[in-house]
Amino acid sequence: MQGRVLLEVQGLKKYFPITSGFFRRTVGHVRAVDDVSFTIRQGETLGLVGESGCGKTTVGRCILRAIKPTAGKVYYHADNGAIDITALQDDSLRAMRRQMQLIFQDPYSSLNPRMTVREIVGEPLLIHGVKDRQERDARVRELLKQVGIRPEYMNRYPHAFSGGQRQRIGIARALALDPSFIVCDETVSALDVSIQAQILNLLQDLQEKLNLTYLFIAHDLSVVEHISDRVAVMYVGRIVEVADTVELFSNPRHPYTEALLAAVPRASATADKDEILLEGEVPDPANPPQGCHFHPRCKYATDICKRERPELSEVSGDSDHAAACHFASQLSLRGVS
Amino acid sequence: MSAETPLRTSTAEIQADNLDVASQWRLMWLKFKRHRLAVISAVVLVIVYSVGLFAEFLAPNDPHENNRRVVHAPPQRIRFIGEDGFSLRPFVYGYKSEVDPYTLRRSYVPDPDQVNYLKFFVKGHPYKFLGLWETDIHLFGVEDGTFFPLGTDRLGRCVFSRIVYGTRVSTSIGLIGVFLSLLLGIIIGGFSGYYGGIVDTLVQRLIEFLRSVPTIPLWMALSAALPRNWTPIQVYMGITVILSFIGWTGLARVVRSKFLALREEDFVMAANLLGASRLRIIFRHMVPSFMSHIIASVTLSIPSMILGETSLSFLGLGLRAPVISWGVLLQEAQNVRTIALTPWLLAPGFMVIITILAFNFVGDGLRDAADPYVR
Repeated sequence: MQGRVLLEVQGLKKYFPITSGFFRRTVGHVRAVDDVSFTIRQGETLGLVGESGCGKTTVGRCILRAIKPTAGKVYYHADNGAIDITALQDDSLRAMRRQMQLIFQDPYSSLNPRMTVREIVGEPLLIHGVKDRQERDARVRELLKQVGIRPEYMNRYPHAFSGGQRQRIGIARALALDPSFIVCDETVSALDVSIQAQILNLLQDLQEKLNLTYLFIAHDLSVVEHISDRVAVMYVGRIVEVADTVELFSNPRHPYTEALLAAVPRASATADKDEILLEGEVPDPANPPQGCHFHPRCKYATDICKRERPELSEVSGDSDHAAACHFASQLSLRGVS
Repeated sequence: MSAETPLRTSTAEIQADNLDVASQWRLMWLKFKRHRLAVISAVVLVIVYSVGLFAEFLAPNDPHENNRRVVHAPPQRIRFIGEDGFSLRPFVYGYKSEVDPYTLRRSYVPDPDQVNYLKFFVKGHPYKFLGLWETDIHLFGVEDGTFFPLGTDRLGRCVFSRIVYGTRVSTSIGLIGVFLSLLLGIIIGGFSGYYGGIVDTLVQRLIEFLRSVPTIPLWMALSAALPRNWTPIQVYMGITVILSFIGWTGLARVVRSKFLALREEDFVMAANLLGASRLRIIFRHMVPSFMSHIIASVTLSIPSMILGETSLSFLGLGLRAPVISWGVLLQEAQNVRTIALTPWLLAPGFMVIITILAFNFVGDGLRDAADPYVR
């Protein structure tokens, strides 16, 4: 898929200080996100996968400036040139927020239980200057219809809705300001499998209709495979592999991706059963291993892996496929078809 | 999902429909109503506060009036059956004084020859109703003779009337004190929770320090600082301020913990990402989320204020005569002789107990109802 680049992340870092003692001295840093770079093109969905704690949520929040990144740049390519989101201040940041929204993981805590659906979905409109109540209500109705909630229910409180319905309300709120870029942070992970499919289809419909661009954060590869155009795999704060979805699934170039793919359950009679079981623990992001972060668990690791950190670089013969492994072009790794 | 049928057939479904549009306060009320004891206690509290509000109207006697001829008189029983048989109108016997031939102690016994009928809306000592207009009508009393439903104290003053008057001071000192500590608690706790970091550490250490100071010596020291020549009203205000200086720590901790918890809530982050201002986030999202908890903990902290006043006054450090409060009244019951010979002087203590219990039960009920969204 080709297209104009909408979002460009360069060298994004987020370190959380570890404090201790009475005076809260900083004794170290959790490197939640450690030098992450990627681009997202207009209208595509980039899947961001990795284990819990690998920093994928932090990436999403840094892009949206829910938290301030320690270092790095995030460029938003608007029609009239690139805007560095990390450098925005109060008013310009508020204006930028119209363009970027977040859909949360937990449909229960993401809606204020003390507000009606009308107030929840109408709040972004109110904040951004739609003062007329009638106008706001009309828009709220339209949004609710768009996500498949009966507009008559807008006087209800969130407790009246099921998880899937709440997630739809959260989507309506995110769409209220007509954003062009949406971060879906584990948006379907908290839902039943049957509801997951409905929400994923809704997200795809909306993407087509409203020309949205998604950063889709998930730990479930089958969900990511369904919705993403491209996939980035994260491990302990770094991206280890990026590629088109089909390419990544069929032809992984990083041993960690191979292990992740092997863990996806497949309903197939011919599937061979020799899974790759990763040994050891995910390293502590406050104290990651030298060299390649994955080397203590990698069965292909050699000396160089312990010493030198592999850069994310193009795999020969494919400009859209990059992996951070010293042996990316030598290893023949097993994917799924 | 959205395709569910809108048909509502049974009443249960219609009720469920009402719940769907029920606000937080309505859900809380529904939950509170299920707590029987709390509802009863709430009614008791309404009665207690009405007594305080309409004290002059409800008290049959002037609480400051001395009756030299009937000191330490026992309560006069309200009777329906006398020597002439049953009477539909309640009445009391007057007092007859007797002297014990051995101990020479004077005591009062009912005198069946003096029958005084109780009446509603009788004339008594003059007062200003709610501070608005002069009147001398009282809810009940006798027209001739004496009526002391809970006996008299060492100066022959009506104990019942004094308890009624004391209700006003004792219950309102709790409210004013709690209001002050609520203010302190929300501001200091809010700062601590919202800013976190070093501010939070300092405030928390200060709270721990304040809590480690033994309360009674602290009260003594602080009330000793009140000038002796202050009027009773000034002393009263001074005491409330002293009580609230100690009372704010608990509330500050509640507010702080709520701020800390809510700061991390997804819906607060959502509002932030929508570009909501800081004030909007605090007052539209955070404060409504913990207001109910605050109300519950305030209700639970009023009793300690009332007890504080009572203990201070009992020790002679708080309110002093001529101010009437339950604590001042209990000063009269400071010795064993009282319990042995004039047990009715302990009656203010029962008022304290009833009020404190009622507040605690209501507070429990409110606390249970405070978060109707627990899953």
